[in-house]
Amino acid sequence: MIKRILAVAGVAALVATGSAGAQTARDYIFIVGSSTVYPFATVVAENFGRSTSFKTPKIESTGSGGGLKLFCAGVGVQHPDVTNSSRRIKASEVKTCSDNGVAEVVEVKIGYDGIVLANAKNADVFNLTRKDIFLALAKQVPDPAKPDATGVASMVDNPYKSWKDVNADLPDVKIEVLGPPPTSGTRDAFAELAMEGGCKSFGWIKELKSADKNAYKSVCHTIREDGGYVEAGENDNLIVQKLQANPAALGVFGFSFLDQNGDKVKGNPVDGVMPDFDDIADGAYPVSRPLYFYVKKAHIGVIPGMDEFLAEFTSDKAWGPDGYLADRGLIPMPEAERKEFAADVKGLKPLSLAAN
Amino acid sequence: MNKIGDPGAAGRPISADQAMARVNASLRKRYGAERRFRVYGIASVTVGLAFLALMMISIVGKGYSAFQQTYVDLDIYFDPEVIDPDGLRDQESLMRANYNTLIKDSLLFLFPEASGRRDRRALGALISNSAAFDLQDMVITDPLLIGQTRRVSVLASADADMLNKGKISRTVPESERRVSDQQIAWLETLRDRGRFEKRFNTSFFTHGDSRDPELSGIWGATKGSFYMLLITLALSFPVGIGAAIYLEEFAPKNPVTDFIEININNLAAVPSIVFGLLGLGVFLNFFSMPRSAPMVGGLVLTLMTLPTIIISARASLKSVPPSIREAALGMGASQMQSTFHHVLPLAMPGMLTGTIIGMARALGETAPLLMIGMVAFIVDIPQGLFDPSTALPVQIYLWADAPERAFVERTSAAIMVLLGFLVLMNLSAIILRKRYERRW
Repeated sequence: MIKRILAVAGVAALVATGSAGAQTARDYIFIVGSSTVYPFATVVAENFGRSTSFKTPKIESTGSGGGLKLFCAGVGVQHPDVTNSSRRIKASEVKTCSDNGVAEVVEVKIGYDGIVLANAKNADVFNLTRKDIFLALAKQVPDPAKPDATGVASMVDNPYKSWKDVNADLPDVKIEVLGPPPTSGTRDAFAELAMEGGCKSFGWIKELKSADKNAYKSVCHTIREDGGYVEAGENDNLIVQKLQANPAALGVFGFSFLDQNGDKVKGNPVDGVMPDFDDIADGAYPVSRPLYFYVKKAHIGVIPGMDEFLAEFTSDKAWGPDGYLADRGLIPMPEAERKEFAADVKGLKPLSLAAN
Repeated sequence: MNKIGDPGAAGRPISADQAMARVNASLRKRYGAERRFRVYGIASVTVGLAFLALMMISIVGKGYSAFQQTYVDLDIYFDPEVIDPDGLRDQESLMRANYNTLIKDSLLFLFPEASGRRDRRALGALISNSAAFDLQDMVITDPLLIGQTRRVSVLASADADMLNKGKISRTVPESERRVSDQQIAWLETLRDRGRFEKRFNTSFFTHGDSRDPELSGIWGATKGSFYMLLITLALSFPVGIGAAIYLEEFAPKNPVTDFIEININNLAAVPSIVFGLLGLGVFLNFFSMPRSAPMVGGLVLTLMTLPTIIISARASLKSVPPSIREAALGMGASQMQSTFHHVLPLAMPGMLTGTIIGMARALGETAPLLMIGMVAFIVDIPQGLFDPSTALPVQIYLWADAPERAFVERTSAAIMVLLGFLVLMNLSAIILRKRYERRW
């Protein structure tokens, strides 16, 4: 019996290693990138796979930065064809790309995502401004005792414990915000849009931007670590559950999770605007960001189905106001912008950062 | 003999009576300590069981409903005007037809009052996107259906399914739930007419991943896990057993083998993510094997399970008494004969047990797979060792992060399936041990 077991195992091992040489060219599209774009890209991929004769693309959720790193590693079947990103590609990443032979990249903006500050259904409404958000969550804030002082040296460790201390109109509830960790694109966007937006309302900090960009960034983007902001992990469902259990807490996540859980949590207005579909779409809601994907031009025509996949993604059936991506919580672009990007995709217009 | 040689606290001998008195005095305390210890023990076991029960109740409570799925019976008129207006009946035009129109028409026939564009959209949202593809398949396999009316059972959408299962609260205001009052009314009507029913969810066991919760299944992930375990077993079992036999029976005892032994024990305790990084560096970057392939996953898991298998195999070899070896050698057997004819058969049950437990660990592993690209959205069922695939625990991880409500129950259901596999594997390990292992 033992001999037989060993023989079977040996044969299986041989078969396994023997077929290792049989790796052929890839016949499916390989996509990496942002976990925020992942829920949308996967829907497009699935529809593409079902409605065409091509295989369904494979999508890895690696985060925006990780995706661009893999994307820019080179040209060839072992490298991804498309990367999703919840922020624009950086100049340094474009350089990495071109250094590795990825010369031409097509940029496609797919729509917008709103970042919401939600809390439990039965909790108070927080009528927040971006300034409130900055004051409540920054690591260091301008000293409330010396309102006229300017300069980074005059800032003090965040003294605010309750929302009422930040703004007398807000409820007297302990500051407790559950949000994503620093590795997350949502956190980056939150820091950039909400925190920085509030930070700029201080005149001297705004002036700092042109004088010392790094100091400006560290003042505006650094989030407090004394318990006011709780890193709740990348899983947004978990934040929704925690908000239900703790009505005093606020949570930071993408609009699609609010859209799906409207019976459990509610969004709070920022600068007087509620995070709803229409207000994010027309840009009235301040904490929203564009989502992108980037296509490796060298792979078009090499990997089967690339053209058709791009056509599917940029069709109104997908990203239009009545498209299936809107059903999933993606905020569509205005028609003119959609037309522009669809045309860019069709003509495979390569990205040039200088144009912006 | 009324004196006991007990020197006492001060070194003086004490009498038997005194000794008895002392024993009696401390007796209650000693019994008390024992009773308390028993209580602690029972308390620990109870706490452990309570947590286990809590976990199982929460998983089963959330997940059991995923094994049923809501279907809607519709009378579909396979309208030749919609499917194939040119009357060509060729594959191409049958593929391209808009089958959604057939479903919408059939729904409108039932609810003629839904006339506006918004209403029609809301009505269409009750049925899964997959229904159109089901109809397409039906027509392509049997083009004679065109022109006929058939009652077809189509999948309800995830929202309708969640409502039917009571996972969407009907009491909250309309604006706060994903299903409108109008849609609820339509669903009620469908139910009253007997066109709305829950059935066993076979697609959960036959489909790959999907972004439509009602279409998603674990078959793709299960197959991926199966391929990986196949590789892991095929490589780690012979290599692990071979290494164990050599180290235990043949290798000389010297600093080199001691060093190897220490290293194996250390490797068994290395966090699994490290093996993932190793896999990324060696298999993907150096040997440029494909990302997301079960082959690579299997190789990484092999590296991870090897130390476990070697250690357990050595332990079971050690437990075979030396007299067996000596007797075999004494009868003139060579060392190889003594090992393979006498020691190995006796050690085999223990080795298999260790292997199965190692496999069970490999089945539940996610972290190393993250690094080699197996945490991915993959719809197509893998057909071989190099097709992109995920694994069961990875599927659970991905679903746990999905925004759609219906994935909550599917996450728990997938956990139940994974736990089922793990219990089966561990059970077979126990049975093997009980039936074949010899105690000395």
